Amino acid sequence: MIEPTTAAPRRGVPLWVQIIVWVFLLGLLGIVALGLNRAQKRSVTVQPGVEIEDFTVPLYDEYQYNGMNQVSLSDLRGKVVVINFWASWCKPCEQEAADMQQAWTEYEPTGEVVFLGVDYVDTPTNAFIYLKKFGITYPNGEDLNVTLKRPISDYFNIQGVPETYFIDRNGVLQYVQVGPFSSVEQIRAQIAPLLE
Amino acid sequence: MSKNFLHKAQNTLLIAALLALFGTLTVSAQGPAPTDDEVNAIAKQLFCPVCESTPLDVCPTEACRQWRELIREMLADGKSEAEIKQYFVEHFGAQVLNEPPNKFASYAVPVAAFLIGAFLLFRGFQMWLKPVKADTALEGGSGLPESEAKPIPQDDYIARLEEEVKKQK
Amino acid sequence: MIAQFGFGVLVVSFLVALYSVFAAIYGEYKKSPSLVESARRAMLLTWPLLTLTAGVLIYLLVNNHYEVQFVYEVTSRSMPTYLKVTAWWGGQAGSLLFWSWLMSAFTSLVTLRKWDRDREFLPWVIVVSGVTMSFFIGMNLFFENPFAQLYQTFEGIGPHTFQPADSILFTPQDGQGLNPLLRHPGMVIHPPMLYLGFVSFVIPYAFALAALITGRTDDRWIRLTRRWALWAWLFLSFGLVLGGRWAYDVLGWGGYWGWDPVEIAAFMPWLTGTAFLHSVMIQEKRGMFKHWNMLLIILTYSLVIFGTFLTRSGVLSSVHAFAESAIGPLFFTFIGLTLITSVALLIYRWDSLRSETTMTSMLSREALFLLNNLLFMSILIVCFWGVIYPLISELFSGQKITVGPPFYERATGPLFAALMLLMGIAPLSAWGHSTVKTLGRAIWKPAVIAVIITVALFFTYTKNAIALTGFFLVALVILVTVYEYWRGANARQKSQGENIFTAFWNLTGRNRRRYGGYIIHISMMLMAIGILGIELFQVETQGRVAVGESLNLANYTVEYREIASWDDSPKGVNFTRAVVDIYENGVYLGELHPRKDFYFESQQSMTIPGQYATLRDDLYILLIDWEPASVEGATFKIYVNPLVNWLWLGSLLFLVGIVIAAWAEKDPERVTVRAGRRIQQTSAADD
Repeated sequence: MIEPTTAAPRRGVPLWVQIIVWVFLLGLLGIVALGLNRAQKRSVTVQPGVEIEDFTVPLYDEYQYNGMNQVSLSDLRGKVVVINFWASWCKPCEQEAADMQQAWTEYEPTGEVVFLGVDYVDTPTNAFIYLKKFGITYPNGEDLNVTLKRPISDYFNIQGVPETYFIDRNGVLQYVQVGPFSSVEQIRAQIAPLLE
Repeated sequence: MSKNFLHKAQNTLLIAALLALFGTLTVSAQGPAPTDDEVNAIAKQLFCPVCESTPLDVCPTEACRQWRELIREMLADGKSEAEIKQYFVEHFGAQVLNEPPNKFASYAVPVAAFLIGAFLLFRGFQMWLKPVKADTALEGGSGLPESEAKPIPQDDYIARLEEEVKKQK
Repeated sequence: MIAQFGFGVLVVSFLVALYSVFAAIYGEYKKSPSLVESARRAMLLTWPLLTLTAGVLIYLLVNNHYEVQFVYEVTSRSMPTYLKVTAWWGGQAGSLLFWSWLMSAFTSLVTLRKWDRDREFLPWVIVVSGVTMSFFIGMNLFFENPFAQLYQTFEGIGPHTFQPADSILFTPQDGQGLNPLLRHPGMVIHPPMLYLGFVSFVIPYAFALAALITGRTDDRWIRLTRRWALWAWLFLSFGLVLGGRWAYDVLGWGGYWGWDPVEIAAFMPWLTGTAFLHSVMIQEKRGMFKHWNMLLIILTYSLVIFGTFLTRSGVLSSVHAFAESAIGPLFFTFIGLTLITSVALLIYRWDSLRSETTMTSMLSREALFLLNNLLFMSILIVCFWGVIYPLISELFSGQKITVGPPFYERATGPLFAALMLLMGIAPLSAWGHSTVKTLGRAIWKPAVIAVIITVALFFTYTKNAIALTGFFLVALVILVTVYEYWRGANARQKSQGENIFTAFWNLTGRNRRRYGGYIIHISMMLMAIGILGIELFQVETQGRVAVGESLNLANYTVEYREIASWDDSPKGVNFTRAVVDIYENGVYLGELHPRKDFYFESQQSMTIPGQYATLRDDLYILLIDWEPASVEGATFKIYVNPLVNWLWLGSLLFLVGIVIAAWAEKDPERVTVRAGRRIQQTSAADD
């Protein structure tokens, strides 16, 4: 019963099989490692102090910026940029919407600050209702990116809505607000130092 | 409704008009408002863009309710199922589809793995089955096939019982 | 203070677990039995230590110690005590501790056994389980401390293990409370069952590695851990079924299984575990495929860890739930090391694992078991690919994709059908060799009856080809199994002069694994009926109705009678409950109460269906939306899920079968016969 096999010469696993096995195993681990690396890294790529890559937001038809129906970050060099991610289905966004608009009406005449609303996965109908409801006049567009070929929210790696990013005159991210603002003062407090 | 969206609608106005002509033939043409079932039939094939692995038709969040409304509006505008899906992919990414767009890549790997496995198993059978025959042939019948030389321990309790029964008879 | 005590005990148990690993290795190296014995005792000590730690955590949970971050996150004052206790595994940190605790219970149990005949395994079993345990305790210590307390410092409030300078303890008034979805009784038992299954697979793995390290590569390790593997499989299966039932009752999807990565993560070790349970029998009976069994148990263990990793590290999630969690890299390192070490050992010992016999027939039981393994592995690959493909796609093409149910259903469907066919044939084939003739003789009767049943179904129930194929296979498997059973009982009845019921009873008792296995096969078929029913024949409709109006689906009519909404302040829930009358073909059946619970604290709602269950189908009504006090009425979604209750019936029978199979076998008859034969055949194999 055992003779035929015990008599067989000691061969072990052929080298080529071993190589295949190891390549496969390490490849698999490599992929998981890359995925893990990405999962870990994406929460740190866009941090205060980082220069934000250029992107272009197509604006909703009700909005224009300097007569254009889209805005690129590079057009806004020299100005303080406030990027607000929101969605019409997001209850906390409604808390800050009026304050954001109020702050915008204060800063708009100075021409030093630009607010930009980015509508995160939303439907046009509801977005329109929302924007109208809060009388929002600063440029707003959908979360589509013409230059980066992926949603802007993806690049900023937002954790949810609302989230607000404050970019200084040199295009460097200075502050990230996760969650809604509870007053206009809070918004002013973040913009004021960037204007100095 | 945003004009942005209307623009797109205008592009397909002709199609919509055609669809309206055949209104009786198509479910989604301008006529009676689309039913929940028609909306769900499409939502079923989509995933909620913001929640983790939740099909759109069963997703209870407010956001999902709005997307289902969007499907309803598009259906009412005479959009086809494919157009609606296309819209969702363009705006929210390919992850809203319940299947990867590249069907070939998704099925090729498991099919290939199965074929490789089946091939290896087949080769294994060939290898395992051959030596017995070869040995028997070489040794000119002196070495009996293993199965005949030694009874293979069967756990077959029934067979033993049946043997006993036969003996008793 | 108590929290720090808990943390202290956790540190001690970590050190003790580490000590046992090193003492075992060093003791083996120095050939010092006393060192190995001290390692064994250290391993035994981990259980009381971790029990104490867990006791402290439960004390904190039950007594509202909200200054402890974990307690704050998973409990609230309004929760009943039993939920506060089970909140232990309701969060990341606690569930890791729960893992370690179960692990220590199992390793303690295993170290308590008599080791006389297997001394050489002992140190390595301790090393493998000790390393696993230290890893899990370590994660609690260094990354996810369940005892971290909230301190107020100048920078704000945050969790700290030790009190930072210039800080004061911060005690919130109330906790956040457990996720309402996790408050369902099914969810209270489901995770422990899964964990029990996961953890008990560590034991066979530890023995397998011990066998590889020591070079004692006969089937001893399999015999020692056979029952562990069966119990592990029992818990894992039970956990999966409970998860399904929970999803059906609570998630309001009208289904039980969504091919979610989290579900698949638990399903994958089940697949390899099932393949393992079948394939070890070949090694026991025929001394073949030792490599394969090693590989399967290594895979199972790796998938257990991998599954835990996938669901906790944030690798897969597009919503970054756990992304910040630091345990990912550590987990990954552990998996990598485990896999590499195991595979390297397997390759090193490849030669000594050669088969003792060769295959003699492609229709023999062992050949069919191999086919079964091929199918299980293919299903595993489908699942694994489905989980990993979105990751690959995003990494290499930047495109985020979802792999949803259609892919899994299409890819695994034929494989499951083939498995069913095998289930119908394999019990009839013999070890060693079978021919087409012997098999044909055994199978033709059941096959003919199955065909007749299928034809009858064609004319009475369905013309769907997939369904008919499925029902044919179900009928075949059940008939073959019952036929085998009957043959055994009949033979016994004749030889022992027992009546048929005693014969059945004794037959099962004599060969529990075999007949327990048969019961499992039958139960699987009952489950298959349910799955076929819901997958192929589910119908649904949704509509808005005013009071007094009704919706129709299949033979059912659902009439909306009234709706009420009220707050339950102590519980922090708003209930909205509709009352609907249901009729079948105009005959009044009763009223159902679909409802929606809204939890204020977590702002989450839960849709609880109203269900009317029969063996033929399930009427499943969801309350989707409503307008309070208006003529507009409410929106309901109604599913009719044909045959789905066979799934739950099957699961109950499944439990019976597996308990029979896993129960300690005391069988003098069989042992003497086997022992006699074994001595004749070979002296090399020992028992």
